[in-house]
Amino acid sequence: MSNLSEHYSPATGRRLGLLIIIMVAIGGVLTTFWAKTRWWFPPVASRHGADVDQLITTTFIVTGFVFFFVNLALGIFVWRFAAAREERAIFWPDSRTLELSYTLVPTAILITLISMGAVTWARVHSPVPRNALRVEALGQQFAWTFRYAGPDGAFGRTAPRFVSRQNPRGMDQSDAAGRDDIIVSELRLPVNEPVVVLIRSSDVIHSFFLPNFRVKQDAVPGMTTQFWFTPTRRGNFELACAELCGVGHYIMRGRVVVDTKAAVDAWLADQSH
Amino acid sequence: MTVTHDHTHAEHRQSFITRWIFSQDHKVIGIQYLMTSLLMAAIGGFLSMLIRMQLGFPTWNFYWAQWLFPGGFADFKMKPDFYPAVVTMHGTIMVFFVLTTALSGGFGNFLIPLTIGARDMAFPFLNMMSYWLYPPAIVILLISFLVTGGAAAAGWTAYPPLSALRNAVPGSLWGQTLWLVSLALLIVGFLFGSLNYITTVFNLRARGMTMSRLPLVTWAQFLTAILMLLSFPVLFAAVIMLLFDRHLGTSFFIPSGLVVGSQLVTHQGGNPILWQHLFWFLGHPEVYVLILPPMGIVSEILSNNSRKPIFGYTFMVGSLSAITFLSFLVWGHHMFTSGMHPLVGTAFMVTTLLIAVPSAIKVFNWLATLWRAQIRFTSAMLFAIGFVSLFVTGGLTGVFLASPAVDIYFQDTFFVVAHFHFVMASAALFGLFAGTYHWFPKMFGRMMNERLGKIHFWLTFVGIYATFYPMHFAGTAGMMRRIFSTTQYEFLRGLAGMNMFISVAAFGLGIAQLIFAYNFINSWIRGPKADRNPWKSNTLEWQTESPPPHGNWGAHEPTVHRWPYDYSVPGATDDFIPQTVPAVPAVSGAAVDESDGKPT
Amino acid sequence: MTPTTAPTLERKRPGPPGGPAGPGWDRGFGQPDRDRDGDAHRVPLARIAVWLVVATVTLLFAAFTSTYLARRMEPDWQTLQMPGILWLNTAVLAVSSFLLEWSRREGLKQQLPRLRAGLIIATVLGVVFLAGQILAWRQLAATGIFLASSPHSSFFYLLTGAHGVHILGGLIALFYAVGKTRTTGSVEAVFEPAATFWHFLGVLWLYLLVLLFWI
Repeated sequence: MSNLSEHYSPATGRRLGLLIIIMVAIGGVLTTFWAKTRWWFPPVASRHGADVDQLITTTFIVTGFVFFFVNLALGIFVWRFAAAREERAIFWPDSRTLELSYTLVPTAILITLISMGAVTWARVHSPVPRNALRVEALGQQFAWTFRYAGPDGAFGRTAPRFVSRQNPRGMDQSDAAGRDDIIVSELRLPVNEPVVVLIRSSDVIHSFFLPNFRVKQDAVPGMTTQFWFTPTRRGNFELACAELCGVGHYIMRGRVVVDTKAAVDAWLADQSH
Repeated sequence: MTVTHDHTHAEHRQSFITRWIFSQDHKVIGIQYLMTSLLMAAIGGFLSMLIRMQLGFPTWNFYWAQWLFPGGFADFKMKPDFYPAVVTMHGTIMVFFVLTTALSGGFGNFLIPLTIGARDMAFPFLNMMSYWLYPPAIVILLISFLVTGGAAAAGWTAYPPLSALRNAVPGSLWGQTLWLVSLALLIVGFLFGSLNYITTVFNLRARGMTMSRLPLVTWAQFLTAILMLLSFPVLFAAVIMLLFDRHLGTSFFIPSGLVVGSQLVTHQGGNPILWQHLFWFLGHPEVYVLILPPMGIVSEILSNNSRKPIFGYTFMVGSLSAITFLSFLVWGHHMFTSGMHPLVGTAFMVTTLLIAVPSAIKVFNWLATLWRAQIRFTSAMLFAIGFVSLFVTGGLTGVFLASPAVDIYFQDTFFVVAHFHFVMASAALFGLFAGTYHWFPKMFGRMMNERLGKIHFWLTFVGIYATFYPMHFAGTAGMMRRIFSTTQYEFLRGLAGMNMFISVAAFGLGIAQLIFAYNFINSWIRGPKADRNPWKSNTLEWQTESPPPHGNWGAHEPTVHRWPYDYSVPGATDDFIPQTVPAVPAVSGAAVDESDGKPT
Repeated sequence: MTPTTAPTLERKRPGPPGGPAGPGWDRGFGQPDRDRDGDAHRVPLARIAVWLVVATVTLLFAAFTSTYLARRMEPDWQTLQMPGILWLNTAVLAVSSFLLEWSRREGLKQQLPRLRAGLIIATVLGVVFLAGQILAWRQLAATGIFLASSPHSSFFYLLTGAHGVHILGGLIALFYAVGKTRTTGSVEAVFEPAATFWHFLGVLWLYLLVLLFWI
């Protein structure tokens, strides 16, 4: 036979309430601030990345408040209403006003977030500027290669029927525009110039992930996806694969160098010989 | 008069086999589902320990692991080609073979007929079939560890072409085929089950048990069954097409012009994105299949142990229904970076953020239920309160991932891993534990050890936060999912210490579950006998014997006179009034309101 | 936050069980009235079940349809010539369905021998349909069009195959109904669900025919 009265334990309520308040509500917020100093986003290096970071910060603030106060309330309620046996609970099954208010307030907050998110999303996916540098990235198990259009500024034609082991891109050898295309294993981009990356894969799905540039776009075999952005900082950056693509998924790393336009042009000219 | 009708086969002579193995009794089937799921949880949990070993301690030697998996380890360290298989099997087992089967198969089977006052499910034979498709599915899935190439390794989402081309990853050689066949069997079982649940709730409710008097736990199971009935056939279609692609030369998901493993692929013109649409059309409802039943379980336990009516029954049912409906419209948020049109992304963001509203209503209603309650801290109640905290934490990170611009960064990072481990793994697991502690007396007629239950709770609650909360920061730092090692990238250099911490916490969390296993088995064998209604609960299942006899109710089915949440009703002598208690004469002078058990 | 008007015990008295449903969530579902003669007023379980089966099979084919339509958009799509025998098969299935409905009506008029005759012929026609479908496959294969030959042929075999499997299920239900008519006069519980499913499969076949060859 169970003894129910032993479960009316104010001590347990105090313990659990304190645990939720200290470990979850306060601890959760404090560790987030601590994490900001150690494990936060890699330094942003693209124009739209700043917008994205702004949106992330806003979302952190909004959700952080909700997180803190809801867990705080939970902790306080658990502590406070861990009543002794004699006190009886109130009979309170419903309150339309209260329920409507906590339907409408979250709805309003979410609509605000939706609008902000939609604006940023539309900006990220705005039309590609006319002067953008075009680079094609090809994901293969387990490396990235890149194709620049070369001096003529036009990519050679590709089609699935030309694909072979030696020609994973499926380049049409008869197309003159393809003769001067430059295929390299690292991505070099001019600073402050828009670039559009055309992303392809020749085997399985990969994901083109540039943490610093806040860029991620799947490389889907059979189609070309794209992402345009403007690098704002010079330096060396990393390219990762973010979608499980096989045994070597974790080593599918690429190198990205952002430099002045002149330096990138000179490097490109070097590669074409 | 309601007398025993054709569902009573209490008088049948039953051998051990028909009673406990090939039983058609919903209670036995529910317990079978629950026990099998707990066994699978041990396997799935063990696999997660292997993952954490590799991520936390990549340089250590694990002698015993090499002995256990001679093919997966070399020099006592995990091989990179074993890791994706471990990740895949962990996810698959936990989602489909543990949480779905335990929460829907286990608690659904056990509770639906008991809470609605029925003697059994509408189709007991179909119910038995539903369970008996599950063990073969398990065998097929686990055998895949032993076949050439090992177990499936394309993730629990099995994105083609990785899962479609046999030389794309070792697990795609044979393991993936077994994975698909196993899943197909399991899906058929789920469909049998949900067909049964819906029909039962529609048709076998006891006298007076209107839908508005249905306990929330039953509502949740009912809506879950609808979700499963409408979403699993879509995955079934996808599974069939992927099997065709793998073995019959079709090209539904495999595009032309691929070179895999230095071989030209001969398939022509399919589209791998189609799989993603089909998969997530199931996959997103599936996460609600995992979370709706715990929501129901927790609502029940919170109300019962607060000694208060659940706050806002109507809104609770409404929000469950809204979640059910909306969950069919949000699948695209798993595919923001797959190359969809930006406007489609915006549409999915709107639906996804809207589904947060009913979730918020539920959280606030649970809080309001605790307000001025008289809380009783049973182990079940501790886990139910823990559920609320975990659900809030996990739900809020969903707000990030619902926004496509933010998701660009977080997609496929550990932030996502943290998110779904909070909201659908930990929270669902807490629902499972809460439900087990609460209904164990009814299932086995014995009480679980509450002292061990509480120790189990404290360790698990702290362990879960210690394990999964830091994963958010692995995500903000950019760590990708499903990577074997973080050492290849400079931007992930700083994560070694954190991964070690997470792993230690995870090991602790894993070990703490042994307490539960011991408590479960020990209480089953020698726990103190439980009486009918140990928690002083209102719902019907507590008004019969523990465990209920075959046919549940003896000679007469119960008649229902009130809703299930009459706790601490002013003027009543007890602080609970079971649903079977008829109306007592009104106290002098007051008008009788005929509105069905809920005050206006 | 305490409500100003605390609900009192007597406000909580629900109406008599089985009485008119109060306002709330049960409106529309209704409570089966089991007061009088047991189960007589309840919807037969099999009728609910068959509609749920229809729902789940619909979703299965909706999934196939969505991939089919998406795949059709691709430029390399080549349309298959429809095998002529499908016209015949369609006619057979339609007659089968009509016969089933006719025999149901005869059954309502208590014309049990007619019911039985109609049911048996409808079932036989179902078997003929299935045989005709297999013949269509063989004809196609004879012209060198196999499962993996083209996207359209893949979908043709997949969709007709999936439909065929369900036809097989429907035939089992019909056979079961035929067996039931031999032993018992009342066939509602078995006959009606089987007929519902069979009509659904007929409609599904017309839909697939239109989907595969006319759009």
